Amino acid sequence: MSTNLLVLFVLALIAVGAALGMLFSRNVVYAVLFLVLVMLTLAVLYLILGAPFLALAQVTVYAGAIMVLFLFAVMILGPQKLPAAGGPIGWQRPVALGLTLLFLVEVVAAFAAKVGALGTLNGAQAGFGSPAAIGRLLFNRYLLPFEATSVLLLVAAVGAVVLTKE
Amino acid sequence: MVPTNYLLALSAVLFIIGVAGVLVRRNALVIYMAIELMLNAANLAFVAFAAAFGALDGQIAVFFVMTVAAAEVAVGLAILVTIFRTRKSVDIDTLHRLKG
Repeated sequence: MSTNLLVLFVLALIAVGAALGMLFSRNVVYAVLFLVLVMLTLAVLYLILGAPFLALAQVTVYAGAIMVLFLFAVMILGPQKLPAAGGPIGWQRPVALGLTLLFLVEVVAAFAAKVGALGTLNGAQAGFGSPAAIGRLLFNRYLLPFEATSVLLLVAAVGAVVLTKE
Repeated sequence: MVPTNYLLALSAVLFIIGVAGVLVRRNALVIYMAIELMLNAANLAFVAFAAAFGALDGQIAVFFVMTVAAAEVAVGLAILVTIFRTRKSVDIDTLHRLKG
């Protein structure tokens, strides 16, 4: 069944292209929209991988809430054009790119060495990753972390209000 | 169907684009977005491993990463707005004074 593989390749191309677009675009609004595109492609990938609940959460929470917050901040700060390269440290950019490429080589080598035998994913069985299964696990084994995240979100909301208060 | 290694390779490439964004870009907003891209790449690896091992715990981890990312973005953007109010810029090269 190679349709999934084809879809994976197309989605990977879109995701990497949009990520590069985010990296290189001079306009911050375009960068935000490119990142939204990356997140939507990842949501479709989650659907293929048997995670429908996470796919919908990705669309609503990441592409919806978080990126709208980013757009909101861009509009507050003014969608200014970014200055071209050339900061106080001239050699910083080539060194950073070199180190990034080195890191890419390292990660690929680590993957090739460690996870070469993972094989292919077969179709997920029915119910895997469904909201019911996620909820059952979340409210049994992960109940305490779940409650901790609710406190964390409350603290973050209060903190954001206090920080931006005039 | 889908080889796990391909998904991990895609995750690695996205993560490295995020690393490059943090290292190369100078606008604090774009750096935040690159951090979000790295979180998403890690999420993709989590989901791929959850599917590979048939364990839902990886998807739960993604759920927690999403909530932490939401909290981080709320506080981080509030800090950026505050910085912009005092310095009129979010270029990190201009933010080099510890004393106000």
